[in-house]
Order: sequence, then structure tokens, then C-alpha cells
Amino acid sequence: MARLNLLLLAIVIVCALAVITSQHRARRLFSELEGAQATATKLNEEWTQLQLEQGTWATNKRVESVALRRLGMRSPDPATTVVITLEKQ
Amino acid sequence: MKFEKRAPQLRLKLEGWRSRVVFALVALAFGGLAARAFFLQGLNTGFLQAKGEARYGRVIDLPASRGPVKDRNGQALAISTPVESICATPDELDEVEDAQLRALARALAISPEEIRQKIARKDRQFVYLKRQISPEQAAKVIGLGIPGVFQQREFRRYYPAGEVMAHVVGFTGIEDNGQEGIELAADERLAGARGSRKVIKDRKGRIVEDVESLRAPRDGQEVVLAIDQRLQFLAHRELKSAVEANRARGGSLVILDARTGEVLALVNQPDYNPNNRAHVTGRQTRNRSVTDLFEPGSTMKPFTVAAALESGVVKPDTMIPTGAGSMAIGGWTISDSHPNGTISVAQVIQKSSNIGAAKIQLQMPAERMGTLYRELGFGIPPQTGFPGEARGQLRPWDKWRPIEQATMSYGHGISVSLLQIARAYTIFTNEGQLLPLALVKRDAQPIGKRLVSPETAAQVTRMMEMAVMPGGTAPRAQVPGYRVAGKTGTAYKPENGGYNERKYVSSFVGFGPVTRPRFIVAVMLDEPGGPKHLGGDVGAPVFSTVMGAALRMMAVAPDAPGTLNVQAPREGSEG
Repeated sequence: MARLNLLLLAIVIVCALAVITSQHRARRLFSELEGAQATATKLNEEWTQLQLEQGTWATNKRVESVALRRLGMRSPDPATTVVITLEKQ
Repeated sequence: MKFEKRAPQLRLKLEGWRSRVVFALVALAFGGLAARAFFLQGLNTGFLQAKGEARYGRVIDLPASRGPVKDRNGQALAISTPVESICATPDELDEVEDAQLRALARALAISPEEIRQKIARKDRQFVYLKRQISPEQAAKVIGLGIPGVFQQREFRRYYPAGEVMAHVVGFTGIEDNGQEGIELAADERLAGARGSRKVIKDRKGRIVEDVESLRAPRDGQEVVLAIDQRLQFLAHRELKSAVEANRARGGSLVILDARTGEVLALVNQPDYNPNNRAHVTGRQTRNRSVTDLFEPGSTMKPFTVAAALESGVVKPDTMIPTGAGSMAIGGWTISDSHPNGTISVAQVIQKSSNIGAAKIQLQMPAERMGTLYRELGFGIPPQTGFPGEARGQLRPWDKWRPIEQATMSYGHGISVSLLQIARAYTIFTNEGQLLPLALVKRDAQPIGKRLVSPETAAQVTRMMEMAVMPGGTAPRAQVPGYRVAGKTGTAYKPENGGYNERKYVSSFVGFGPVTRPRFIVAVMLDEPGGPKHLGGDVGAPVFSTVMGAALRMMAVAPDAPGTLNVQAPREGSEG
């Protein structure tokens, strides 16, 4: 009887310790998850900002003014355009 | 005796009722405890659990961002980006030293006096120091560690294309809700739904456990428009310079895909910058091509001729006497800008003769024209989904007086929006079929509704091609290298029940290339104030520039022989 009691006591102690470790691990994983989610949100925000930046730099208005002023480009007029017709395959 | 060995106290002889009283009292106490336990555990448990959870559980608001608006090639037209607002508690901030306040002001790029003014109001728990700044700047401000200063997450909507897209995309209000344009029309789809979740926080405010997700946040969905940003930019630039050059009060330009009915570009003047709406007026935000009505004038004549050809009352070469340029109908006089004599039906379109159109019209029953106009979508909202779509004025044909029937043939006595008339021209680019309009990108070819036969559509197209050639009303609408067709319109503006003969609406509607139409371009200028006001002088050049640039931009093969250097493909070409 006493031996059985001792055995049960040991099992209870082991179980208690197991509960503590698993709870601790759950907390740690949870904080990792929190961190990862925060990073995801941050990256997402950065992505929208980069999209916005790209959209702003790539507006036709800016492209046109850079092409005309800085690069000295102009659109070809019909007299200087050669049209090449490709053979249908 | 065993009994005698007991302690002397126990030898005391007590009354039997005393032990019973004690027993009863103890039993009563236990009964009370059991009842209380039952009351707490059984009856009141929900309330108590909620109270307990409230000590450590917190509900966190999860923000959702609004969906982006993109053009047909995926270019962002409206995009939400998170920003921070810097707030302060006046009481706390008031006790801060001057040096810190100056540092705060520097970080916020405002003057220290401005901060002092803002926190001077002690009755407030909370003031905004600066709204909607970048997260980086906010991090610097918060990094100063000044007590009473904190940040608040908000979303700000940006429109990279600015005024070019203003009327199409519209804008949102301070609460991130759509107010104009697509932002309003597709608000339900764009708007995200905020979510919330329940967590357990420890004493330091760190989240230690997720209890449950009450509502997952749902980000808004994206909306892909039919608009092509490059065409839109082109249209905007040309319309703006035309409005300025002609000193017009306003103007609109619409480009439709001739084969799918998609709206590729839609611009109006005056415009505004949706990113900075501090001084924007209703005159600027109005999407004129959709909400404003005008009497279209001669751009309606092709429909009159199409109806007449269709019912067989005339052929393209039937001769119509238009006489000396004026004609009386029921006490009214209609006139041409100059006498044309006897001309063919084709020349009625080419020379834009009002009398010719009226005479053709009066050979048909009013029902024929009234039904076609109705079927073309005049007097009915075009159902693009744009807010504030105008339906236009079209009186029922059975109430038309003869003069009305006559003026209706050349576009007076009826009012339409520019978008409606551009759409009606799809019958000429689609072998007689009218296409439904689309503002959102279309995946499949829509099913058109046949209103006239392919032969009639082709015959009227030939007449409209004559109108843009020398001898027509709009030779300036020609596009080098391409065959185009179109019709001018110059109408007096209705005013006080009559017409003001000094105020005009000049328009041009056309399409190209004629062999296989790709685009329909409709231009309208409101009250051109320059020396020229005719549709052929004001609208046609805009059409020509826009159509030419659009066709070249989309690499459409030229179909007019001999006007461009065409080079045959080389043998064994190496790219």
C-alpha cells in the first residue's frame, strides 16, 4: 500500500512538472508568434509604402518631364516613323 | 472502573439539549455556506466569470486597411498606407521642461508656440499635436520619451496619379469612407472590416495569452478598373491644353474600347488634386462627362441617318433638297450655317446639314426615331455604377411636335451626357450592336444588342469618314497613317427657355481605325471663349491628337495606305 502511494506521488510530481514546462513553452511560442505577426504587419506596411513610392515615381507626368527635360527625348513624328509589318505565321 | 479513569472535567454531567444546540448551529453554518456556494457557483457564475476576466483580459481592436484601386495594368491609383498621429495629454505635457518641448517641436517640425497653444486648453483630456505623419517620424517623436505624448495608428489614402485620375477614382473622407467616384461606388468592396480579439495581459501590459479571436479583421478587396493610366494621362494632358487654348469654361473627354465597351479614359476640366483638397469646390469635383447634360447637336445626325437607312426611306445616294439654308416648320425656322443646295444623304453627314437631317427625319414616323434613341440608351442612366449618373432628357416620341421631331434629328431638344453619346457610337464600331459600358476591367467580350444591320453601320461609317476628309466639317480630325471617322457637334446652350446664341457646346465623337475600330474618342468643350467655337475647329484637333497618340501607344497597325513609311519584313529577320 505504501509503495503504491509513493509511486502515485511520483507520478503526480512528474505530471505537475510537465504541466509547468508545457505552459512555459506555450507562452514562449506565443510570444514568438506575436513577434512574427508584428513583423508581418510591419513588412506589409512597408510594402504598401513602397508601392506608393513606386506609383509616385512612375507617374506618367514625371516620366514625361524627365524624358523631355533631362533626357532631351521627343516622340517621333509620322515622317520619321517606319512601320514594319510582320508576316503572319 | 474504566469510567472512573476519565478526566475530572468529563465527569461533569451536562444537559442533553446543549450538545444538540451546538450541533444545530454548526449544521446551520454549513447549510449557509453550501447555499452561498450554490448561489455563486450555480446561479451567478456567468457574471462572476466575466468580472474576473475583465481584471486580466483585454479586447484589442484590429485595424483593417482599405483595398487599393488599380488600373487595368495593375498600376496603383489609390492606396492606403498606415500613418501615425501624435497626441498629447495637456496636463502632463504642461509640466515638461522647455528644452524638451523645443526638442518635441523640432521633431514634429512645428513651432514650440504652436504646441503651447494646443496644450493651453486644460479642459481637454487629449489633443492632436500633428495628424498623419510617417511612422518613421512618429518613432523619432516617441523616442524622445516625453511624458504625455503618445501615438495613434491611422490610415491615410494616397492617390499617386493625382488630378489625372481625380474624377474617376474620387476620394475618401476623414473616416476612410468613400465620398466620390469609384471610392464611393465600390465602397462596400473596398472597405475593410475592423476585427477584434481577446487576450490576457500581464501587469506590464504584455500579451501573454490569446483567449479568443472575436472577429478576424478583413482587409478591403482591390478594385481593378478598366481605365488605362497611360491613355488617361494622355487624355488629361490634351484636354487641359485644349480647354486653356480655347478659353473654355470646362470640358470632358472619354475614350472607350470600341470592341468591349470598357471605359479606358475619362477626364474632365476643371480638375483637382485628391491628395490636397483644402480649397476644392464642387465645380472641380464634378465628373462632368457622367453627371452633366448637354444638347449634343450634330453628333446625333449619324443616328438619324442610320434609322432612315434601316427603315429604307433613303439610300446613301438619295438626293435631299436643302435649298438656301433655311426651312420653316410649324411657325419655327431651322437653318444651316451655309446653304448647301441639293445634296446626297451622305453629304448631309459630311457637310452637317440641319435641314437635310430634318427632312430625312420627317420622312419617318416619330416612333422610329424615338424607339432608336431610347434603345441607344438616351434618357436612361448608363449604369456604369458611377455615383450621380445623369439619365438625360428624352421626351416620349408620342408627344413630339413636328418641330421637335425635326430638331431632334440634329440633336436639339434632347440632352445627353458625354458618356451616353460615346456609348451610342459603339453601334458603328460593332456592326450595329450596342455594347454595355464597363468601368471595371472586363474578362470576356460582352454581348451587344443589335440595333441596326452591319450594312447600315458600315454605310454611316463611310459617311462619317467623309466628314473628316477635305470637304467635310472636320478635316482637322484626321490622324496621319490611320483611317478615322467621326462627327462634329456645335450646339447653342439652352438658357431661360430659349437658346443663347453666343454660348456654345462644341463636341466631336469619332473612332478609329475604320478597318477594325479600337477606340471611340468623345470630346466636349463647354463655352469655348476663343475666336473659334465650331466642333470641327475646337473638338476635332483634340480628337486627332488623342486618337493618334493612343493608336501609336497601343501599336495598332496603320490602315491608311501611303501616308507612312511602311517597310516590308526583311528576309530572315534577326529581331
